Amino acid sequence: MATIKKFMYVNRKAPYGTVYALESLEVVLIGAAFDQDVSLAFVDDGVYQIMKGQDTSGIEVKNFSPIYSALGDYEVTKLYVEKESMEERGLTLDDLMPLVYEDEDDDWAEKDSITVVSRAEMAELLEQQDVLFNF
Amino acid sequence: MSTLHTVNKSPFEKNSMSSCLSHSVADSAILMIEDGVYGAIKNTSIAGDIDSAVKEKSIYVLGPDLKARGLNEDQLIDGISVVDYAGFVELVCANDKVQNWL
Repeated sequence: MATIKKFMYVNRKAPYGTVYALESLEVVLIGAAFDQDVSLAFVDDGVYQIMKGQDTSGIEVKNFSPIYSALGDYEVTKLYVEKESMEERGLTLDDLMPLVYEDEDDDWAEKDSITVVSRAEMAELLEQQDVLFNF
Repeated sequence: MSTLHTVNKSPFEKNSMSSCLSHSVADSAILMIEDGVYGAIKNTSIAGDIDSAVKEKSIYVLGPDLKARGLNEDQLIDGISVVDYAGFVELVCANDKVQNWL
């Protein structure tokens, strides 16, 4: 059996202003096919990616925010959001999309995918990974 | 001579917003567009700088860019006006020149 590695995708850019956020999502979805231990980190402006209520009809750009809600179906269920990054931007958990997944090991109970962590905890999470993907 | 300043970068990633604020004179017009709209939100770490700027300059934010990013008018710092694309054009026409803080 192949060794399972811990993969973390580190998201630090706002959506729409650059293509990083969308590219990260695409790589996450491709990577989901490889049965690794995947997690996503949202740090700095990356926290803006999962804001609720995004409506791009006025700027003629595709709204890719609904894809975050589908990540649970690809067994991407660990989304870590940094508390300090939210606070610096005047945001709380209520400003983010309520992202959930169904836990197959717990009778398909619906659980939150988002975990809010401190900057120090984020540093530890980064340290624990085998592979980091940076966007 | 009047100048319209535009800022299209997040104030948390680049110093475009702070450069704009420190290089614009009283009565200037400043328009936040694209990722610059994140500067218009209350309770951020830079809200104090924007609050002071609102007192002597006219600060605008582009509505469609706010909406795209899941932001709404209730979250804006008091004194900032929302404009649409037609309002953007009017600001360009009403000023003699444009300085884009990229």
